[in-house]
Amino acid sequence: MMLMKRRDFLKIGAAAGTMASLYGCAAGNKAGGHVVVVGGGYGGATVAKYLRMWSQGSVQVTLVERNPSFISCPISNLVIGGTKTMEDITVSYDNLQSKWGVRVIQDDVVALDAVKRSVKLAKGGSLSYDRIVLSPGVDFMFDQIPGLDNAAAQQKILHAWKAGPQTVALRQQLESMKDGGVFAIAIPKAPYRCPPGPYERACLVADYFKKNKPKSRVVILDANEDVQSKKGLFVKAWADLYKDQIEYRPNSEVKDVDVASNTAILEFDKFKADVLNVIPPHRAGNIASQSGLKLINNRWVDINWLSMESTGTPSVHVIGDAIFPAPTMPKSGHMANQHGKLAAAAIINLLAGEEPNPAPVVMNTCYSFVDAKNAIHVASIHQYDTATKLVQPVKGAGGVSAARNELEGKAALGWARNIWADMLA
Amino acid sequence: MKAFTHAAALCLLAAASTAGAADANLGRNLAATCANCHGTNGKAVPGSGMSSLAGESKANLLQKLADFKSGDKPASIMHQIAKGYTEAQLTLIADYYAAQK
Repeated sequence: MMLMKRRDFLKIGAAAGTMASLYGCAAGNKAGGHVVVVGGGYGGATVAKYLRMWSQGSVQVTLVERNPSFISCPISNLVIGGTKTMEDITVSYDNLQSKWGVRVIQDDVVALDAVKRSVKLAKGGSLSYDRIVLSPGVDFMFDQIPGLDNAAAQQKILHAWKAGPQTVALRQQLESMKDGGVFAIAIPKAPYRCPPGPYERACLVADYFKKNKPKSRVVILDANEDVQSKKGLFVKAWADLYKDQIEYRPNSEVKDVDVASNTAILEFDKFKADVLNVIPPHRAGNIASQSGLKLINNRWVDINWLSMESTGTPSVHVIGDAIFPAPTMPKSGHMANQHGKLAAAAIINLLAGEEPNPAPVVMNTCYSFVDAKNAIHVASIHQYDTATKLVQPVKGAGGVSAARNELEGKAALGWARNIWADMLA
Repeated sequence: MKAFTHAAALCLLAAASTAGAADANLGRNLAATCANCHGTNGKAVPGSGMSSLAGESKANLLQKLADFKSGDKPASIMHQIAKGYTEAQLTLIADYYAAQK
């Protein structure tokens, strides 16, 4: 089917070219060249597939990803809560290769040379590119929590804020915990990846405790002054469902940890937990934050919203959690997927010598479970604004659920299946 | 002379699309913002509970979107999302999905 389409496209392209040359004006839009994509998460996998699909295979794409398969952060809180397995949130990269012709390399990019347009790989060798897309997600600023700044500490006090081995390990810690114990989750100051995620995790751990370890409690240590997303819905769920389980503590920034005693050290207080889950502050993934790209607040990459291109470094596009977001834009997998499509469209135009789409639109939908079955959402639509040169949230559009319900729980799982297919199938 | 005007108009069109009036693939790009839930090119994963949009008639799609916007069609989320797009954008999206097989 792909081949058929490509042949049709070539025919049309050839016909248009002949027409254009007859009339003496340039037809354009024959993109070619090689794009390297760094990181195969929600953003990177999407941009790789859409570059191949929308260019009808004329743009070569190499995706460098360190993991053998994609593991989703969204839905991973259900694994921590014990109602889903790792298998449920793992998707292969095979289709990107066999169906879409993306060259997938399992490796790590260790250096970017934006002048020579090449990247160095950890296993040796390098790749050159015409344009590159960095979708590295986030890396943690462990130096902000000194006690966590070593490998042994990080094995014990988990973040589980990148889905993978830490997801499994946190689940094991919860299973091993005695009834009557305390699970504490520490949230960094915003902006951080997935604003409602920590509150969802608190709910799902509380749900597990309620059913299996009823004397146990969940304490949320939030560095922020208030709940960062879906506030009314989460607060209502805590009051209705988890009155005896969940305690919320705002303005509780974790400054350090005592690993031996599993204690979070706050500015004026300490908190000892049986399972301590600390999400450290984060910044753009290392390859994006350490390659000389222009950063904002020394943490996030400043990009041009027409192309997702770094404002200071030509031909380097950055998408997903690593960028400095537009107003009210969350760092989410859904949004990273939308960045990927914006970047793919822009890159195909740029490789063909054309301007990017002057009116891009991106939107976000984010579901959170408040127990194993009921979910809530937040949605927003962001349209490009020529005055501010940002994608701005549309006033009067988007919003949150009226109330938690099972229908949205089903929609959340349906969302996951479709977005994973949109990226990887 | 007639042929010349025609050619000039074509060139102008091409120039307009490169100078940034409207991208030739605007409908495709806008429709792709729906694909996270409704599947690549509007082909939702079977059994996922999400509706496929590919091949639906333009009139049907626009009516549904209008009903979401007005609140006539009950929804958990689409009433909020439909309001984020202009009528012109929704028309481009409906055109794109109606053309998918």
